[in-house]
Amino acid sequence: MGAGHGAGAASPRILVFSTANISDPGIDLAGSQHRHYASTISTITVPCSSSVQPRWIVYALEHGFDGVFLAIDGDECAYLPDCNARSSRIAAQAQERLRELGIALERVRMAALCSVCSEAFVKHMDEFAALLAALPVEVAA
Amino acid sequence: MENEEMTTPTTDADRRRIGVYICHCGGNISDFVDVAAVRDAVAADDNVVHAETTLFACSDATQHDMVERIQRDGLDGLVVASCSPKLHVPTFRAVARRAGLNQFQYTQVNIREQCSWVHSDDRPGATAKAAGLVRAGIGHASLSVPLEPVTVATVPSALVVGGGVAGLRAAVGLADLGLGVTLIERTDHLGGTVGGLGAMFPSNQSGRELIAQLVAEVAARPTITVRLETELVAKSGTFGNYEVGLQGPAGTDPVTATVGVLVIATGFASYEPALGEFGYGIEGVVTLPEFTAMVDASSGPLEYRGRPVGSIAYVYCVGSRQPGGNEYCSKYCCTATAHVAVQVAALDERVAQYHLYRDVRTYGVYELLYEEARKRGSVYLKYADDEPPAVERRGDQLVVTARDTLTSSDELEIPVDLVVLVTGMVPAENHDLTKLLKLPLGSDGFYNEIHPKLRPVETVVDGVLIAGVSQGPKTVSESVASALAAVAQSGAMLLKGQAELNPLVAVVGDACAWCGACASVCPYDAISSVEVEGVAVAHIDPSACKGCGGCAPYCPNEAIDLLGVTTAQVEHMIDGMVGPVREEVLVS
Repeated sequence: MGAGHGAGAASPRILVFSTANISDPGIDLAGSQHRHYASTISTITVPCSSSVQPRWIVYALEHGFDGVFLAIDGDECAYLPDCNARSSRIAAQAQERLRELGIALERVRMAALCSVCSEAFVKHMDEFAALLAALPVEVAA
Repeated sequence: MENEEMTTPTTDADRRRIGVYICHCGGNISDFVDVAAVRDAVAADDNVVHAETTLFACSDATQHDMVERIQRDGLDGLVVASCSPKLHVPTFRAVARRAGLNQFQYTQVNIREQCSWVHSDDRPGATAKAAGLVRAGIGHASLSVPLEPVTVATVPSALVVGGGVAGLRAAVGLADLGLGVTLIERTDHLGGTVGGLGAMFPSNQSGRELIAQLVAEVAARPTITVRLETELVAKSGTFGNYEVGLQGPAGTDPVTATVGVLVIATGFASYEPALGEFGYGIEGVVTLPEFTAMVDASSGPLEYRGRPVGSIAYVYCVGSRQPGGNEYCSKYCCTATAHVAVQVAALDERVAQYHLYRDVRTYGVYELLYEEARKRGSVYLKYADDEPPAVERRGDQLVVTARDTLTSSDELEIPVDLVVLVTGMVPAENHDLTKLLKLPLGSDGFYNEIHPKLRPVETVVDGVLIAGVSQGPKTVSESVASALAAVAQSGAMLLKGQAELNPLVAVVGDACAWCGACASVCPYDAISSVEVEGVAVAHIDPSACKGCGGCAPYCPNEAIDLLGVTTAQVEHMIDGMVGPVREEVLVS
């Protein structure tokens, strides 16, 4: 386990890239409803998941995060009609680099998250954390 | 301005002078996060010159302190760790402006919705995470640059969708502010639900008369165009300059209009009980809207299908406050039922009226109607949530069986001539409109405002406002109040004649060697090539760029940054979240 803190030390660290107008309200709603997820999960807000640069994902995994989750807007994206395809391309490019580094590709995950998807968000986080916890220890390349 | 040096760009790694405020939110944060420990964890940061905790960061007193602090200490960055950015970004941007600090050198950190409230079971973990989030915010602010909003001219007109009481009142209000109004209504007449009502609580004003007055007001204003049997079918453009497509009656060509804002006032539908739900479907069992129409049509003693009605049982909360169903309270039904019971008593004081309720929510001044109903003979019986009344027909007789939890544990059998199922409000069917406008729905299925108190008629879609019952159950006066709020908000947005666009756009750095990849993936045609000193490079037009950042991952040289989320800022934020000590490079 990495540099965990307090009671959350047992949980993998997950970085979520979330969109300001759609998935952020969904994640905020989980807070308004006082749902619980691990305190080792943190969010960076972007306008659109298609703006996430593959190197950010790699950087996060090289610098202490165990997993990166892209919350995408799917067909709801207000900016780009082909947002799904673009986000998939970003995740694939990041995974390409992870393969070279010997980092498990499963550490990058992507799913559509709507503005009221609070329950779905918590479920995604629980599942992703369980998957990450089961991955073998990797040695930095 | 005394703070001239503060707005000087300092994008290099020079030390910044950042002030950090960590909010208790009265306990919403500090009950679950050790805010003093968070302050201590960040106070020694090289870029932080001041860090403090505050009971309420948004209070006038704290805002005032922030302004003083920014000016006195010459701060060039502000970090506020409190609630979701959806609530107070405008508040603290205004603080920065008042202090002479560029508003884009302030960073909001969400340690409430995304920390204290979701980790209330894990104080050490929540505190560590909050410290990481605040460090990330400091990292973000340390790379902030002063930016000025791009301004664009706005169109002084509005589209109102829905011709019910809220839409009509909004149209009148908008016109009186000097804005042009197009009012569209899906059906072939104006008035919505209220237009079909007789006497309404609390003043017995007739719904039909109220609508007739409003329709006359609309007709008296030449700047309002009404289009019946018309739906919104297309929307493009941006806040302040939306082009909307309107489809009129079959056989007519669609028309377009340019509007600055849209006010969505599409109303509600009445809950329709399932067959068998509290006896619905049995003769003599009717819903509240059906019953109020019956009473409205009666001038003497009440009759149902030719037979006199001597006794009535009202069953409350049908379809409302049901776990797994509509979990919300429709708010208006208790008062509407008390009001109709008073009307029934006025028609024939001998009618026995039994109200089988869970909680009486005749709030505020409507409590007087509840009192009047009881004075006129209505009997209120409280049934338990887990033991709802049963409605059945025995031969010619309707019988309601219930237990009054307040007086006796005995089961009561009440023979009545009529059962009224007190049904609430459900969202109107507006699937296509919701999808077109990308409007967010709340968990109740009604349209969702950004915040019920702070931004009650705005949605996350800029310039698309919601009013009336489209956003949740309301009384008529509450609907009108929200319509007027939408009017005021429209005025605030459009009367200046210009809107400030987000300046957080994509920018091109030195590494660009023009290949055209970015331009080919921008659907807004914001990117073109320009020659700088004889070399072709990409240029991004800040007024055409929507700030999505979708071009950046396509640049083979990683030359594009999105202001506000530059690569350097994201890496600083990741470092901040991970913490100052990294025991291991990779963890599993």
